[in-house]
Amino acid sequence: MLDDFFIRALLVGIGMAIVTGPLGCFVVWRRLSFFGDTLAHSALLGITLSYTTEINMALSVFVTSSIVALILLKLQKTTNLPSDALLGLLAHSSLAIGLVVIGLLATIRFDLMGLLFGDILAVNVNDIILVWIGGAIILIVLKIIWKPLFASTVNFELAEAEGMKPEKYNAIFTILLAAIIAISIKMVGLLLITGMLILPAAMARNISDNPMQMVIFSVIGGLLSVLIGLFASLEFNTPSGPSIITAGLLLFILSLSRIKKKAQLNN
Amino acid sequence: MTQINNSLVKLENVGVFANDKWLVKGVTFEINKGQIVTLIGPNGSGKTTTAKITLGLYKDIEGKVQKFTEKIAYVPQRINIDWTLPIRVNDFMNLTNTLTNDEIKDALEITGTPHLINKDLKSLSGGEFQRILMARAIAKKPELLVLDEPVQGVDFNGEIALYELIKKISDTLNCGILLISHNLHVVMSKTDHVVCLNGHVCCSGTPIDVANNEKYQEIFGKDISKILSVYEHTHDHIHNIDGSIEKKK
Repeated sequence: MLDDFFIRALLVGIGMAIVTGPLGCFVVWRRLSFFGDTLAHSALLGITLSYTTEINMALSVFVTSSIVALILLKLQKTTNLPSDALLGLLAHSSLAIGLVVIGLLATIRFDLMGLLFGDILAVNVNDIILVWIGGAIILIVLKIIWKPLFASTVNFELAEAEGMKPEKYNAIFTILLAAIIAISIKMVGLLLITGMLILPAAMARNISDNPMQMVIFSVIGGLLSVLIGLFASLEFNTPSGPSIITAGLLLFILSLSRIKKKAQLNN
Repeated sequence: MTQINNSLVKLENVGVFANDKWLVKGVTFEINKGQIVTLIGPNGSGKTTTAKITLGLYKDIEGKVQKFTEKIAYVPQRINIDWTLPIRVNDFMNLTNTLTNDEIKDALEITGTPHLINKDLKSLSGGEFQRILMARAIAKKPELLVLDEPVQGVDFNGEIALYELIKKISDTLNCGILLISHNLHVVMSKTDHVVCLNGHVCCSGTPIDVANNEKYQEIFGKDISKILSVYEHTHDHIHNIDGSIEKKK
């Protein structure tokens, strides 16, 4: 059964959606959407480094993204620049360095479109194992740090005053983001990873009243996006990654009607 | 010996220097179990800064802070909840600890807010939110409770009730309380030790000592003396050293 490319794509997509659901909620709550973008951009640098050094791609992306994330945390503390300026600085410069390195490797042919948009239909059994085991580890860590991370998301000072060590858990969360980007880069590509993180969570926000509910809806939204997107790409012969994101957008638009209903009820 | 065992937090000559100026400097005080310490002072005198030093929120400080407890609850002056976060009162109560439903109910009962349990935090009024912050802190059953202007936005009757409540908490939980307030006349009768700040400690002691201190009167002016007369008016008896109570003339 695993021989079928479509089944493999489904397995990988489902595994990914289960992980991006809860992580995406935190990305939305903490206003980190652009931060996810920055990490995704720095992943390109990680990919090119993996080609030059022949290290495993996921590992190389994970290390590069983690380093960029930690540099950001450091810069936030030591400079007076606002976070969005620092994010822009890191996103563009790591993307630029990545492209420069590609240029230097003129001998290797790169499928740049593949890197940008990924190819979920080309995944192999190893990718499935990576997504499911890596995803399980990410979710277990997230479960362990849930309480202090959530407390520091609601209010940093309150969490710190009451001994929740928010700085430490923010750093761990950042590493988890780098990890999900590392394991999913091959599947949806670096431009669409933040889409997978944000769209289901944004959709869930529209229809939830409490944090747990939002996480559950976000996972369901991610799963539906993957299923609808993949079947649509099979049916209409559209690129699979972008189809998944488009499906997510449609779900988001549908969820807007709930807000309208709520507003009517309140009036 | 008992004095040492009862100590919850001890500040020795602490200060914070930031952006080329001292936010506060040379602050020394100690909070013991069952004791209410009140910080008063004009705007910008370093009250909140001092509270944050006590809580360990500043990394670079001068002087020494010794904490003898980990069970701390904090009611900040203001707190912004991002609207991107759907969070009900019930979820907020469990923010930094895990409570049973009964514990949550009891705490909300005490602050007069049990009907708000399933409300979204962002739908609360300022006064309601302040009470929820209080309820959350009480539910934790802390050993040290830090309250930064806890009655903001609460109506006057509610305000007096909340101060009564603070006194009750300190008695029943036997916890130490650091209270920041500008409402001197209500606070005074409830507090054990007053620290008057104005960038530094301008005076400290029992409420009566501080009220009679010249430096204190200089800072707060004559209006406050009037308020204090109200305070002394309501407190119409004197506690003698031997414990007997004497009517004031």
